[in-house]
Amino acid sequence: MLRLFFRRLLESIPTLLILIAVTFFMMRMAPGGPFDSEKRLAPEVEANLRAAYHLDEPLWQQFGRYLWNLAQGDFGPSFQYRDRTVTELIASGFPVSLQLGGLAMLIAVVAGVALGSLAALRQNKATDYTTMAAAMTGISVPNFVLAPLLVLVFAVYLGWLPAGGLGEASLLEGGWKNLVLPVFTLALTQVAYIARLTRGSMIEVLRSNYIRTARAQGLSTLTILFRHALKPALIPVVSYLGPATAGLITGSVVIEQIFGLPGLGRYFVTGALNRDYTLVLGIVVFYGALIILFNFLVDLIYGWLDPRSRE
Amino acid sequence: MTQLVAEWRWWLPALTAAALLAACSRPGDEASLPTPQTVQVGGASGQELAAEQILRKGNGAEPESLDPHRAEGVTSSNVLRDLFESLVTEAPDGTLIPGAAESWTISEDGRVYTFKLQPRGRWSNGDPVVAEDFAFGLRRSADPATLSEYSAILYPIDNAYEVVNGSLPVDRLGVRAIDERTLEIRLHSPTPYLLGLLTHSSTYPVHRPSVVKFGDKFARPGNLVSNGAYGLQAWVVQSYIQLVRNTHYWDNDQTVINEVWYYPVENAESELRRYRANEFDMTSTVPNRQIPWLRKNLPAELHIAPYLGSYSYGFNTTQPPFKDNIPLRKALAMALDRDILVGKITGAGEIAAYSWVPPVTGYQNQQPVWATWTQEQRNAEARRLYAQAGYSAEQPLRMQLLHNTEINHRRLAVAMAAMWRDVLGVETEILNQEWQVFLQTRRTRIDTQVFRYGWIGDYNDPYTFAEILESKHGLNDMSYNNPRYDSLLLQASREADPAVRMGLLQEAERVMLDDMPMLPIYYYVSKQMVKPWVAGYESNIMDHHHSRHFRILKH
Repeated sequence: MLRLFFRRLLESIPTLLILIAVTFFMMRMAPGGPFDSEKRLAPEVEANLRAAYHLDEPLWQQFGRYLWNLAQGDFGPSFQYRDRTVTELIASGFPVSLQLGGLAMLIAVVAGVALGSLAALRQNKATDYTTMAAAMTGISVPNFVLAPLLVLVFAVYLGWLPAGGLGEASLLEGGWKNLVLPVFTLALTQVAYIARLTRGSMIEVLRSNYIRTARAQGLSTLTILFRHALKPALIPVVSYLGPATAGLITGSVVIEQIFGLPGLGRYFVTGALNRDYTLVLGIVVFYGALIILFNFLVDLIYGWLDPRSRE
Repeated sequence: MTQLVAEWRWWLPALTAAALLAACSRPGDEASLPTPQTVQVGGASGQELAAEQILRKGNGAEPESLDPHRAEGVTSSNVLRDLFESLVTEAPDGTLIPGAAESWTISEDGRVYTFKLQPRGRWSNGDPVVAEDFAFGLRRSADPATLSEYSAILYPIDNAYEVVNGSLPVDRLGVRAIDERTLEIRLHSPTPYLLGLLTHSSTYPVHRPSVVKFGDKFARPGNLVSNGAYGLQAWVVQSYIQLVRNTHYWDNDQTVINEVWYYPVENAESELRRYRANEFDMTSTVPNRQIPWLRKNLPAELHIAPYLGSYSYGFNTTQPPFKDNIPLRKALAMALDRDILVGKITGAGEIAAYSWVPPVTGYQNQQPVWATWTQEQRNAEARRLYAQAGYSAEQPLRMQLLHNTEINHRRLAVAMAAMWRDVLGVETEILNQEWQVFLQTRRTRIDTQVFRYGWIGDYNDPYTFAEILESKHGLNDMSYNNPRYDSLLLQASREADPAVRMGLLQEAERVMLDDMPMLPIYYYVSKQMVKPWVAGYESNIMDHHHSRHFRILKH
């Protein structure tokens, strides 16, 4: 177990290095720089700016400097948010995205697996068709359409929930209200995906010989489902969950924009558009590390779900 | 000011969604809603104040900095205007009024300004505001080591150009504190717009001890000491900026609003929804597509007013086909029906423009003769000039039109291309580039033919527009070069008599319009939603608002 962990850790280093290198040089190849604006800077000011951010050094040296600082946990200063460092921005944005994405994923897994299993048990019956039709709608309706509609109904017309922002109150003192709509919107698409995945693999499992044996022994449907069918049926779902969770908790640009939430996702886009080299790199590295971590967790869960994969 | 970034909405899906929403929410969905017009505001007298004096404002993109000498965007300036007080400040209607300086005198040659500071001026920690704070602030702003991206705005000050460009030490800047209450600013040439310039954040004072103590972290909550009506309480990135009343502020007795909250919302549709859900008292802008609906349903809250900005397209005058080809440039300018462009395409009440300088105070708007013609007359003349330039139906002009990626620019460009095709038979290829790439392309002055050129003035004076077309100006991407224009501008900048100076600038614009190096389309408008209970709000050409002038009425 420990050996597996260290092997994974070592394997992840070259992956991350390649990721950093590709992002670093691609960002630099994009036309325009972080200090380009409609105004022209005085040459002296521009030279000072470039020197302050080490942009006057040869590219390989900048890359080396970036790696060296990164190894010490320093993501560098943000070009765009002049008073902040990238580390600060990630530290302030990530808890929000984590909360939002984590809650959405939790709801998605519970609801998705339940609906998927139900549909599989009632295969080709009315329940199955309704559930899957609903899931298909969930996948097809983009969240940038759904979110404004929900805000219009629940915030503008009914006034039950806030239209955006994180609010100033803590989570239990009413702050949760700010999360209801974004979490619901985020979860919906995932519920739909997970339900469809669960249904597919559950149907396959339910047709297998050992389940038929269990039925023949007279076990109840629920016992069969929970004790024998669920674990193997979850394998494809789990492999989907790894990257999906990493994606969700690193922030959704669309949801954050619509609901005005201070998560990580919007930094990625505004950073790229403003050529905020360090901010984009920082988020890519962070996101990359999370994906590696979640894939590792997925492998661990595989081992628990399917003893054959432990070999 | 730098072209509003907020204006460039890169986020296409949201717009699609907005369109969808607008489409499905239109028919009578507001019938059951109590619209704020029916809400009684201000109690029986109409002026009763609300118990809670908190103002919540939507504020576009997240401010990049609250260091007045490093901030450059519109959204930072909005917050800084409440935090700091400049020597000269603005009344709600935009008129210049005494701020941190209670009075000033201007020397006869217009080159020495002497300011007497407000004796009761205090920093938010209680320290008195002294003339040296302003001198220190101006020096810091001009110092190339401060990394200010806006220091060029200080060029009218004596030696500022040399200081900003590192050829003179900072202490040679033409500012000095004569005594604690007297500040002198020396200029290298008379600059009648100097007082307006002094409302810009680049000229704000800074509290020297805290700058020394906290260095580049001095503009953080807890560190920032400010001299305006408000102090910085909290700044949660991408969430909110909270300002609270500065009790030491000299005019604190007249201030009513206790707290001001600024919320960053890049997406105008989101901002409007939060406004309608009563989470904001004011928005920073209004999405164009919602304007017809708002005009119908919330007309009293929609404030649209002329804004100090020009929307144009530039011609690259160094490359064919537009090089030395005035007839062709004029033909394209005349063949556009601007009334349709602003009436049907942009639709927020933008003003059709036939010149570059927008309606600036004290400046007589200049127009080419054809501005008063009917569109049929213009089209006929355009066809004649087009033929004169050597083009015809068999040999049409083929050109490229470049704009930065944004849906509203796209719609306008498509309409323009259609007008040119119908009237002249021009074949236009419309290209768009993402903002940073666009700027770089435009700057090459080679790879362009016709390109979008928008400009928001930095101060309420025609010069902020006129100077761009000066042949050596860094932003003259048209490469317009007419010695007569340059010499008129030079004369104007040496002229101390304001009326004569305006006359020279007006003549310069007439010269320019005769060469048509650019294609004016419309003057910008500011667009804001303001709740009926926000009293003291007035639209003004700069779209500058100070929260200390507002009060929240009972509602």
